Amino acid sequence: MDLTQLALSLKYFIPEMVLTGFIAIAIIYDLFLKPETSHRIGFMAIVGLLVTLGMLYLQQGIPATGIFANMFALDGFATFFKWVVAIGAALAIWMSLDTNELANRRVGEYHILILILVLGMFLLVSATHIISIYLALEMVSIMSYLLAGYLKENSRSNEASIKYVIYGAFSSGIMLYGLSLLYGLTGTGYISEIQTQLAAGQVSPVMLILVAVLLLAGFGYKISAVPFHFWTPDVYEGAPTPITAFLSVAPKAAGFAVLIRFFNIAFSQGDPNTPSWLALPGLDWPMIIAVLSAITMTVGNVLAIQQNNVKRLLAYSSIAHAGYMLMGVVVADQTGIAAILYYAAVYMLMNLGAFFVAIQIKNIYNTETIADYAGLGFKAPWIGMSMAVFMFALTGLPPTAGFVAKFYLFRALVQFGDGFLWLAMFGLINGVVSLFYYMRILKAMYFDKMEIPEKLTVVPVHFNVLMFILVVPLLVGWMFGDPLSTWAAEAVQFFF
Amino acid sequence: MNALSSYLILSALLFSLGLYTVITRKNAVAILMGIELILNAANVNFIAFSKFVTHDVEGHLMAVFIIMLAAAEAAVALAIILNLYNDHGNINVDEANALKR
Repeated sequence: MDLTQLALSLKYFIPEMVLTGFIAIAIIYDLFLKPETSHRIGFMAIVGLLVTLGMLYLQQGIPATGIFANMFALDGFATFFKWVVAIGAALAIWMSLDTNELANRRVGEYHILILILVLGMFLLVSATHIISIYLALEMVSIMSYLLAGYLKENSRSNEASIKYVIYGAFSSGIMLYGLSLLYGLTGTGYISEIQTQLAAGQVSPVMLILVAVLLLAGFGYKISAVPFHFWTPDVYEGAPTPITAFLSVAPKAAGFAVLIRFFNIAFSQGDPNTPSWLALPGLDWPMIIAVLSAITMTVGNVLAIQQNNVKRLLAYSSIAHAGYMLMGVVVADQTGIAAILYYAAVYMLMNLGAFFVAIQIKNIYNTETIADYAGLGFKAPWIGMSMAVFMFALTGLPPTAGFVAKFYLFRALVQFGDGFLWLAMFGLINGVVSLFYYMRILKAMYFDKMEIPEKLTVVPVHFNVLMFILVVPLLVGWMFGDPLSTWAAEAVQFFF
Repeated sequence: MNALSSYLILSALLFSLGLYTVITRKNAVAILMGIELILNAANVNFIAFSKFVTHDVEGHLMAVFIIMLAAAEAAVALAIILNLYNDHGNINVDEANALKR
């Protein structure tokens, strides 16, 4: 663990270093900008993310390695999530450029905080030591608290922020206590060494279950799984909408990444890259997660039905989607994890898209209530059609990529054997329930005829381009041999 | 009772007190103090395990990182609480309930 070895790790760390460089330059550049020109930082952030993506592209083909004394891993699994997170961030920053909520205020810090959040998620998806997991998780959390409360004089934004910080700090504290117990039980912090110690079978199953539950408090909060979901609707409703869109996709994907990496490696028998992988005997965590998944999707869908605010409805729907993705964690073999990767990428596009429609309608008509969407399908045909695509995709109906993503998840679960067929049935019933509330929005847009207030602003041209970018992959992305699923299947490769 | 278990009992007590504080208090700063207790319970664990189980400095390093991180988190949380005070005139988290339940 000498200095030379650390220096050699740097060449595997180029995307993160480029991103850090852009953050540092953006902070200094922001000092010279007036509030009305501070949106230039947003352009710079997008350029920075694109350069980072280019560096990630150059990293392909490197075999899985541990870097910085194995504190972090560079493997296909981490790289896939880095792509999802960085693309999601670039799209979210693009959405922020012409949002009324952020008009007439200094937005330099806003974009810089998003970039730091992306850096935190890059570290989180590749962390392989309990302390690097905890530090990266907190880096993501602290930036999210600040971004949720970015509209300082708006009391809803304040409330979102205070609820987020209290729930977040509380659950990560509980997780840290669980990590400290795990450190004591195994005498090491590296998750692969924890696996070696636990597989030797010296640890009592009662302690293991206690540790797993404490850890799930932290991870479950990040992916907003029931019963750690209470912050989600309030934070999503109160935060600036582009931030809500971003928080609902990127940190959630990163949370799934760290959850899968930790449980698949630490609580397992043998190498997670081989088909003979099994969960640790004495700790039936696939069953714990299966129950969590069933409860999460049911609570999310049932509570979403009664919502009238679009952001709040999408918040509950994002809880339900966390439940669907947990179905893949239950399977936890190659097909299950590939299905989660695919779902995370598709979910990023469709959820960002749905929130983007909410942003545009808030910009144009200054409303977030579903009843006020009446007749929008005809008044704003392009936005209405896009919303229809996003709603179909979120429900999981063909011909969208949302259908394919759900199909992969269910296929993985059914192929796994009879043990979890009940969970697949739960998922199907929940799909029908979710159809009801997604279609409520479309019904308001196309079948409710009402007076619509005059447009407040014109839609800028680049927003139509962005809408196009979000819609087209959902419609045609799964055709032409489905390159994403090939990539997702190849990306299931852990550093071990 | 050996030396390790006395440390573990101390940390379990700290953890429980922190949990109790977070659940029962309405004052945002008091809740923050409860969270600090939870973090310090984990710190005591890490250092005790480092001394009695692994006999290396890894646990000490983790504790240093956690102390630093708790400071960063407290700074952000206090800034947010200050903002809540400017907005509501108090820091009672029960009164921040404008968003629908």
